[in-house]
Amino acid sequence: MLRFLITVIRRDLLLAARRKGDWLTSQFFFVMVVSMFPLGIGPEPEMLRRIAPGVVWVAALLASLLSLSRLFADDHRDGSLEQMLLSPEPPVLLALGKALAHWLIYGVPLLVIAPVLGLQFGLQADVIGVLMLSLLIGTPVLSLLGSVGAALTLGLRGGGVLLTLLILPLYVPALIFGAGAVDATLAGLGPEANLSLLAAFAMLTLMVAPWVTAAALRISIE
Amino acid sequence: MHWASWSEFWAMGGYGFYVWGSYGALLLLMLVEIILLVRGHKQTLTRIRRMKNWEQE
Amino acid sequence: MSFSIYKYASPMTFYGLAGKMIPWFSWGAAILAGLGLYIAFFMAPTDFQQGEAYRVIFIHVPAAWMSMFIYMVMAFWSAVGLAWNTRLSFMMSRALAPTGALFAFLSLWTGAMWGKPMWGAWWVWDARLTSSLVLFFLYVGIIALWSAIDDRRRGDKAGALLILVGAINVPIIYFSVKWWNTLHQGASVSLMQAPSMAAIMLMGMLVMAIAAWFYSIAVAMVRVRGIILERERQTEWVKELLEKN
Repeated sequence: MLRFLITVIRRDLLLAARRKGDWLTSQFFFVMVVSMFPLGIGPEPEMLRRIAPGVVWVAALLASLLSLSRLFADDHRDGSLEQMLLSPEPPVLLALGKALAHWLIYGVPLLVIAPVLGLQFGLQADVIGVLMLSLLIGTPVLSLLGSVGAALTLGLRGGGVLLTLLILPLYVPALIFGAGAVDATLAGLGPEANLSLLAAFAMLTLMVAPWVTAAALRISIE
Repeated sequence: MHWASWSEFWAMGGYGFYVWGSYGALLLLMLVEIILLVRGHKQTLTRIRRMKNWEQE
Repeated sequence: MSFSIYKYASPMTFYGLAGKMIPWFSWGAAILAGLGLYIAFFMAPTDFQQGEAYRVIFIHVPAAWMSMFIYMVMAFWSAVGLAWNTRLSFMMSRALAPTGALFAFLSLWTGAMWGKPMWGAWWVWDARLTSSLVLFFLYVGIIALWSAIDDRRRGDKAGALLILVGAINVPIIYFSVKWWNTLHQGASVSLMQAPSMAAIMLMGMLVMAIAAWFYSIAVAMVRVRGIILERERQTEWVKELLEKN
């Protein structure tokens, strides 16, 4: 069972390594969206520090949705998704593996980019640390919940926009707790409460989302 | 009965815009929903009839 | 007992049953709404704090209740449909969704119309308002998903799955927004301004809520009849029915 999970993840990593263009697009999207805000709002450092957590988090939501619309699309087109669903391995593992692979490919790089963006917004080192920690706990939620939407909208016309419409409301708790942790640090309160709630939400998502994604995939394929 | 006149009733103690704005929106949207429903039902019936006639020909 | 349940679970019998129920619920809704409006405007006294503006709550609160209640009913039918693959359950949740979205929108609209004179703001990012907004977004997403999927069976099940995921998420969203609100004191407004609500006001709200309930049932029945006809048009009974009329 674990072997199957690793195979699914490795396969996606290999495919992503071959298509660096897609990967870079998503990362630059994240950077550009965040960089637009100071231009739109103004360069006052105090204001930028206040909005930084929310801006980085919202950009992370949008960037993950951008890449999620393709999560199952290629496998669906070449028929490999159907083959994997028909295999004796449980579809839950397939769903979990795809979501984890998405997180490794598109979520983890955000953690690396976020500190640079934090500096742009004049955040202190300890605040940047909390921002990274909140993204570390929160981005798996984005991949897991998003995979549900990707499975539901598989092969539909206008799937990308539809995915955004379906999943963005479900992201609200992750956004609130994630950005809230950084906000609380900025305000001098500890980030612990927000981070624990975020972690609890992440655990719940981890337990529920793969099953729902698997069910959605079966519905979309049949 | 605590309204002395109709104009007082419509004024709602100076809050007429808010009160009638709410009740008006409710009435409007419900009417739209009912009209759409009745029309949609009739359209469904005629469409099915037409399809059936094609099949018989 | 079980016999009758199975009997009414068939779309054909339900079509007839719904047709008989529609006039009852329509008239019930009209009469109750008339009574409720009479209480709201002619029996309920002027509120000493809020003046006449509070009369918005006679539709605001029922609309907010209905938007949540319809979502719960949709979640129930979705679970039933996914578990036992009953055709009628999916049709029910499809028939209810537009009315739920309508009430969700109305609760936001009337909330703004009430909030402006009371708090001086059309909108505040309070826990209840924000979760109502998210609920409205969920309705929109569900309807958009249905309209994007042409295949009927896939649409039914995908929609049901999304409704259930939303049902798990709504309480979490409500809690998270509430938590967020305690951290951002600036925007918090006490919604519990009327502790001394007169019995007659409560009465008016309840009557209006039941009227909204009857209205929703009547409208959903008309819609479900349309869906049944559309889906069963190849069957003998629909053909006979059309010949009779």
